[in-house]
Amino acid sequence: MAEAPQPIHTHALENLRFIRDAMERASAFTAVPGRGGVLMGVSAIMAAVISGPPDDTIRWVLVWFGEAAVAVAIALVAMALKARRSGAPLSSAAPAYRFALAFVPPLVAGMILTPVFAMTGLVARLPACWLLLYGTAVATGGAFSVRVVPIMGLCFMALGAAAFFAPAAWGHWLMALGFGGLHIGFGILIARRYGG
Amino acid sequence: MGKAVVKQQSPAAGRQSAVESRQRGEKKSPLELDRLIHERLRLGIISALAVNERLTFNDLKRLLQTTDGNLSVHARKLEEAQYIACDKSFDGRVPRTEFRLTAAGRRALEKYLAHMEAIIKAVRD
Repeated sequence: MAEAPQPIHTHALENLRFIRDAMERASAFTAVPGRGGVLMGVSAIMAAVISGPPDDTIRWVLVWFGEAAVAVAIALVAMALKARRSGAPLSSAAPAYRFALAFVPPLVAGMILTPVFAMTGLVARLPACWLLLYGTAVATGGAFSVRVVPIMGLCFMALGAAAFFAPAAWGHWLMALGFGGLHIGFGILIARRYGG
Repeated sequence: MGKAVVKQQSPAAGRQSAVESRQRGEKKSPLELDRLIHERLRLGIISALAVNERLTFNDLKRLLQTTDGNLSVHARKLEEAQYIACDKSFDGRVPRTEFRLTAAGRRALEKYLAHMEAIIKAVRD
């Protein structure tokens, strides 16, 4: 049996929904802030200088927890500023939920593994663990973003994997190379190509 | 319940008339449907470019989950109507095609949105 024709206003509503969805996906697609990434990189290098090589003290872990809080704050402000410049709302529920669903689980895994590593005397291997899991979060969250974002995630993962085999004393420099160098390098690339 | 009257044009005629009417400085009736951006992929291209200063061919292809050929055809139609502009350059040795929305394209999207809202309002009133 042939389907009954849809009323014209249903088509109009569908079209408006399609436009809103396309705009939301497109704004989320380029929402990763390049300039914010550069600032996050600079703060990570400063944290590496302050923390020094990984040791079994709580101070070392706290320095990097502080750096993580600073980086999250920079990222949120930079994303909000970039969204405001492009005229697109960032708070749209669907893309934000989709991104969180992909980005957050590896970070939760990192939060669970951190005390386990600390309690079993493996603080020296935390840089590798963090780089690997942050890279996983960026690669999976970046699946809904411009191609350069998942590539950055893969670079973090490769560095994290290599860090497991590097001397423990290099830990803070590997953190500086990853959270500093990769954020700055890819941040400049994103800022140049995707409007800030 | 009010009735919404929609004048429709073929895509080719719409494309031609979009350029010609702009050249003549004519204004489209609010209820005249712009067939050129009514097509889903072209509407997707215009909507994506409305919230991004510029997007590359590959970004648009990935975002709209379409093929090279399909995107090329529809992007060319929008370009011919001067709704989008295309900039070609080289990134090292790799060719790079970037699209951006023109003022005419933004106006066309705004008119299209107003048109859809007018239809919904006419039915509700």
